[in-house]
Amino acid sequence: MNFSVTRRLLAVAAFAMCIAPANLSAQELTGTLAKISESGEIVIGHRESSVPFSYLNESQQPEGYSIDLCMKIVDEVKRTLGKDVSIRYVPVNPKTRIALMANGTIDLECGSTTNNLTRQQQVEYLPTTFVTGTKILTRKDSGINSVMDLNGKAIALAQGTTNERAIKAAIEANSLDVKILPVRDHAEGMLSLETSRVDAYSTDHILLFGLIAKSKTPDDFAVVGDFLSFDPYAIMVRRDDSAFELVGKIALANVFRSGEIDKIYAKWFDPLGVPADPLLQAAFKLGALPE
Amino acid sequence: MGDFDFAVIVNNLPFLWQGLQLSLLLTFLAVLGGIALGTLLALARLSGIKPLALAAAAYVNLIRSVPLILVIFWFYFLVPLAVGRPIGGFYSALIAFVMFEAAYYSEIMRAGIQSVKKGQVYAGQATGLGYWQIQRYIVLPQAFRNMIPILVTQGIILFQDTSLVFVVSLRDLMTVSSIVARTEGRLVEMYLFAALVYFVICFAGSLFVRRLQVRMAT
Amino acid sequence: MNYNWNWSVLFEPEYFGWLMSGLGWTVSVALCAWVIALVVGSFVGVGRTLPNKVVSTLCTSYVELFRNVPLLVQMFIWYFAVPEMLPEQAGFWMKREMPQPEFVTAVVALGLYTASRVAEQVRAGIETVPKGLSAAATAQGMSVAQVYRHVLLPISFRLIVPPMTSEFLTVFKNSSLALTIGLLELTAQSQQIAEYTFQSFEAYTAATVIYVLIALTATVAMAVLERYARIPGYVGKEG
Repeated sequence: MNFSVTRRLLAVAAFAMCIAPANLSAQELTGTLAKISESGEIVIGHRESSVPFSYLNESQQPEGYSIDLCMKIVDEVKRTLGKDVSIRYVPVNPKTRIALMANGTIDLECGSTTNNLTRQQQVEYLPTTFVTGTKILTRKDSGINSVMDLNGKAIALAQGTTNERAIKAAIEANSLDVKILPVRDHAEGMLSLETSRVDAYSTDHILLFGLIAKSKTPDDFAVVGDFLSFDPYAIMVRRDDSAFELVGKIALANVFRSGEIDKIYAKWFDPLGVPADPLLQAAFKLGALPE
Repeated sequence: MGDFDFAVIVNNLPFLWQGLQLSLLLTFLAVLGGIALGTLLALARLSGIKPLALAAAAYVNLIRSVPLILVIFWFYFLVPLAVGRPIGGFYSALIAFVMFEAAYYSEIMRAGIQSVKKGQVYAGQATGLGYWQIQRYIVLPQAFRNMIPILVTQGIILFQDTSLVFVVSLRDLMTVSSIVARTEGRLVEMYLFAALVYFVICFAGSLFVRRLQVRMAT
Repeated sequence: MNYNWNWSVLFEPEYFGWLMSGLGWTVSVALCAWVIALVVGSFVGVGRTLPNKVVSTLCTSYVELFRNVPLLVQMFIWYFAVPEMLPEQAGFWMKREMPQPEFVTAVVALGLYTASRVAEQVRAGIETVPKGLSAAATAQGMSVAQVYRHVLLPISFRLIVPPMTSEFLTVFKNSSLALTIGLLELTAQSQQIAEYTFQSFEAYTAATVIYVLIALTATVAMAVLERYARIPGYVGKEG
């Protein structure tokens, strides 16, 4: 009996998915789509210093890899609603992003947020757009080559990030004596490292490359050690809003399938000398669902 | 760090000016809202209606015992939840400041209202004015005038307090100075410049208050 | 918008420990800063009333400077700017070798800021002592130092206990700004619990209740002190 119920549900789901895109405009809009349609604007949460995903450029405008992908989603939203919507940017940080998404302040979070199961109790994620993990950024002459070398040293960690927990867990597991300086964001972490307040800063390895690239003296710094965590990045949307989620999935699938993703990737990551990881390429393939 | 670099300040002046505008706008709106809500709280405390007076007193004392940063965190979390839709960081911050400063303004207005001689209220009642008419035409105008220097002083404190929106990344003068300080690696210049701007505005404000006090004393 | 209540997170050993450690830092920062504020504030406040023009001008400048710049800016200057303005060795010492750099910086910044407010109270206290008293003391042949030591200070310090209560409470509240330089005091810990558990309501409520308790305790303590300090028959305001 269970089997047949499951089968029937699957059939209904499959049917619904087939007709959904075509009939969206005819249906009563709900959730985020209704909100965007009513207010005429979509609110994008962005980071201020997550290079090259989402950061403020010289003219203080948000840009980056995640922002470019979000623009594709915005285009898809416009197509779905059949009208133009304006974009409003709201800066978020690791402390605020989940709360601001859950409470409805932002509609899309275009930053560098790890998709994990704990967070899925509060928010929903679109397909993976990047794969990274925790590593350590340090001065080349610091003598630090792995987490073990942190013993007796000081490290800055951004509060509320998965990296903070990964490093703290590694420190505890190896019973190291490390001074931890909590910082608000990557810029403050890098600042602490540049002003020698700490010996190391840790976040996802790709962000560390971005910080080095933006530094005044990039040759002084190096990314060291093994991955201390697995962090698939994804764009965040509100939970329990499958209509809006689907629009996001369609937009990303189109970008993945058409190969446009390679151009967008190259635009932001070639300057940093970071080629697409095989795991990431696989993620793009898996996200490229057929129409 | 090398020598003091004026260029970094000059180059970023438009951006810094935007920050200062936000600080001033937030101050202006919060002063208006704070005085309005504060006056209502003061009237509630002096209303003679026990539950109303108690509630107002409890609110004022609660707010006055917690730090502003915590109040900002509270409203950043609560306001969108209560409104049920996004209203943006600026409005969350503005509501937090109005609710916070109202507690302080209510104490000032309470003193102001009490400074108006009781005889005037009786005179108003004798001529047949209602409660709100008495407040509107007799008590509040005088209470307000008597308290202008203190209200302005509280406004200067409020202007300084707006720097705390830094904790929620709202782009006021402080946040903007920090962004420039970090991206340009010019901590000394930017923080000293921010201090100078705040000092000039607040010091000018306090000189103005002193002149007001002198003029009112004569 | 649904919200899942879960008050029990506050009593999980990990998060309860965070709150207590935050409370510890808040109290330590506030009390240490208060000591600095009392000492420096008393000297500056007295200095403003001295006949010596140079000293009084210097002390007035101190008050205006520290009162008209937001505490947050001052904290950042002490933490980020001062080490960069010092010679390299000294700057490095401030950032790394000094014990508990965030704590010490917070205490110094908060202490010197509060000192400017304490100084104003001290000055006001001294100025409310009737001129006749110090004139009489001078006529007795007392020096300026003796007049302050035996007449002005003993009276004024007892007079200013009530206004100092509110300054004392303000120090606790202002200690929350230490979170901006990475000190995990009470407000920072409640924020951290909020982001680890997503139970923001419970976390902020816990911090709010603790601050209210601190305020009540401090008010009671100061009321006791006030009773001891009151000069019988001098100010009949309360009587």
